[in-house]
Amino acid sequence: MIERKDDYLQRREHLKSMSDSELKKYFFELADKLVDPLLDLSYKNTTKSIERSILLRMGFSSIQAKEIVEIISELDLMSKGAGHCIYAISKKYNIGIEEAGSELINGKHVEFLMEYFNKNE
Amino acid sequence: MNSLKPNEKLDIRYILKDLENYVPNRRPWVWRDVSPQEIREFTYMQASPGLKNYVPLPSARYLGEIDPQPDSVITTEIASGRFEDDIRRMRMAAYHGADHIMVIRTAGQSHFDGLLEGTPQGIGGIPVTRKQLRAQRKALDLIEDEVGRPINYHSYVSGVAGPEIAVLFVEEGVNGAHQDPQYNVLYRNINAIRSFVDAAESKKVLAYAGIAQIDGAHNANATARDAWKVMPELLVQHVINSRFSERVGIKADNICLSTVPPAASPTPDLKLNLPYAVALREFFSDYKMRAQMNTKYMDSSTREATVTHVLNLLISRLTSADIQSTITPDEGRNVPWHIYNIEALDTAKQAMVGMDDLLSMVELKDTGYLYNKKREIQERSILMMEEILEMGGYFTAVEAGMFVDSGEYPQRNNDGISRDINGGVGAGTVVKRDPDYFAPVTAHYGFNNVEQYDKDAIDDPSSLIDGCTFEKPELVKFIDELDESDNVYLRLDETEKFRKGDLIRPEVEWLGDGTVVVDLFFPTTSKVAEAAAVAAGKKMNLINVEVIHKEVLHPSEGTRIQIKGTFAFDIEVDKLVLPEEMEQLSEDELLAFIKKNPIKVVAGTGGNDEHSVGLREVLDIKHGGIEKYGVKYEYLGTSVPIEKFVDAAIETNAQAILMSTIISHDDTHYKNMNKLHNYAIEKGVRDKLILIAGGTQVTPEIARSNNMDQGFGRGTKGIHIASFIVKKINEMND
Repeated sequence: MIERKDDYLQRREHLKSMSDSELKKYFFELADKLVDPLLDLSYKNTTKSIERSILLRMGFSSIQAKEIVEIISELDLMSKGAGHCIYAISKKYNIGIEEAGSELINGKHVEFLMEYFNKNE
Repeated sequence: MNSLKPNEKLDIRYILKDLENYVPNRRPWVWRDVSPQEIREFTYMQASPGLKNYVPLPSARYLGEIDPQPDSVITTEIASGRFEDDIRRMRMAAYHGADHIMVIRTAGQSHFDGLLEGTPQGIGGIPVTRKQLRAQRKALDLIEDEVGRPINYHSYVSGVAGPEIAVLFVEEGVNGAHQDPQYNVLYRNINAIRSFVDAAESKKVLAYAGIAQIDGAHNANATARDAWKVMPELLVQHVINSRFSERVGIKADNICLSTVPPAASPTPDLKLNLPYAVALREFFSDYKMRAQMNTKYMDSSTREATVTHVLNLLISRLTSADIQSTITPDEGRNVPWHIYNIEALDTAKQAMVGMDDLLSMVELKDTGYLYNKKREIQERSILMMEEILEMGGYFTAVEAGMFVDSGEYPQRNNDGISRDINGGVGAGTVVKRDPDYFAPVTAHYGFNNVEQYDKDAIDDPSSLIDGCTFEKPELVKFIDELDESDNVYLRLDETEKFRKGDLIRPEVEWLGDGTVVVDLFFPTTSKVAEAAAVAAGKKMNLINVEVIHKEVLHPSEGTRIQIKGTFAFDIEVDKLVLPEEMEQLSEDELLAFIKKNPIKVVAGTGGNDEHSVGLREVLDIKHGGIEKYGVKYEYLGTSVPIEKFVDAAIETNAQAILMSTIISHDDTHYKNMNKLHNYAIEKGVRDKLILIAGGTQVTPEIARSNNMDQGFGRGTKGIHIASFIVKKINEMND
């Protein structure tokens, strides 16, 4: 930021008359305004790490989770959720979650996923 | 080894056995059970229950080995690069009062895209992996049973794999975590958008398990040129992470602010730090305080670091600290060593217990300098937030270099850390969720279209897959070793000879490392002294001699140098001559004998010696002294002329003389012993009198070779002396 001298005394004019508790309340109002867009951003987006963390919770090892997310990212299906893809395979073929993941790692079910999420057009 | 015994070493190979099936005892963070404690005649107000097994402070020797525990959770940071050696340090730390053990990650882990596995060696920390976490948690589960208090285990959720690490922590029973996306952005140059998106998921996961979160604001202190000028910004950094966390779902009382008194003496420490501490605690009263210590102005003097820390502890006691951190006083010169973790823990315990209930006697003024300065810091932080919002929000402000500027806000010096919103590690890796985005797991933050599959599963998405690892730990996949050339088993094999107990080497961090410190003074300039110290170390047969500390006592009269080096010889334990054990009779035997055969002794400190605390301990009934067993004593006082001991013994018909002799310079204690012996001969009573010398520098061998019947050193209790007198009287009667 451009250099500037300390102008605290001029800037603080509007805070001067606030009581301590009013000041505290205002501090947290500003804080919420600051974090609102950050929360919104997080609510609407995902990342490879988030998707891998979901696969870990579904019972995959860190190595499997990494492989699955790479495949799903290549297929441009991250926006659907990596766990979602595995879940869909498992439902469609009536197999367990672990098996669905292993089969995807082994190159199966890509066509099904593209079709299921209407990615073929 | 289902439980640990104080007299047995912890078996690392046992810890590593069957790890694939180990499930930790608990997930959530545990605070101490804060309540007043009555110990001896003292009442401690800011306190918590004592431990089952412990090592008390050194001076507790004079106070019946009491070990009062303060109210705050006390932290120690342990990570030498070899987690297996750290486990031993954790056990030692727990005995000294640590119930929050933080593990520092190896250099570079925060930029690793995914989880590490196995047990490779680390640099400046350890690679945090599932196997390493599980082994340490398993050990800590045993250690917490041994000391009788829950131990919180802690590491870092940062970098580009935060959400995975957070899940790993829940699964492996880690109870505390650093999590603050601002740390990624400012100090690790990880893309800001990626960092916040990942952080929300990580926090949601931490919230689920009740894991306590510590933020990263203290790093601004450590980075800024003049640390006390970032105070307004610190409040801003704290509130961004705290509110973000709380709104993601972490309970306020698991949100801990990592706060460091920004300045250190020789600045006017309290004048700078106290208003800040008050400003912070007033604004953030709903959250917890993790009082970290100042390391910004830390040099290689362990003494200076300790004083800085005690001043920081005073701030904690004048305000509050829910978690009291300790920084090892050697952090300014090396990765912390065993002894300094323990020193730091003892410093915290000693200072906090010593300042118990301080605010019932003094109060902070709410007018004048303290109030005005506090208010000013708060207002400056508000002004900074106003400007960030005017600029367009957090990301724009970071890009503009608003943070970690060396000017005290609103002053700006154009030297802040600036990060491109589209730059850094992991830039462009954030993906927008589609309307049908879905994740069938527990503790997932943000948009999740569960209803497309089952409306009833909205509150429990993992029910769609019959539960995830959070509900079913048996689903967790354990990976053992991935690297045949870098793992714990190879390291254990290399040092196996030291694990069997017949060979031993001095050690600072790793078993058998052989590192020693030599403290030297040379009557010369610092330049010459430094070279002389290295030469001296080499002549002592030390390898890799290095100067680790230098202090000028006078530019030409003298310099103190500390060197470290490797002592590369094995000591054979079997060949050591061990000091004799003090024999003792049972209390009943003693009481019965003395009742039938009354014993009287005279006691005092000999010569010009005023140190009587140790002597009172072995005399008075209150401290478990000889009086407890029926021995009558005549206390002659301090600085008793040697002749007076013998004259008084004759006069009162005493069977024994107890002479305390603490001062040891110029061999005063030896001289006193011989003088006592000779005067007793002169008076013709030597064969009737039992002569006993005691003191911190006295050993049985020294005392006997200086004509005493027996000597008693450190750790002596009344029962030892009473036992000796009874046995000696029996001998004399025979």
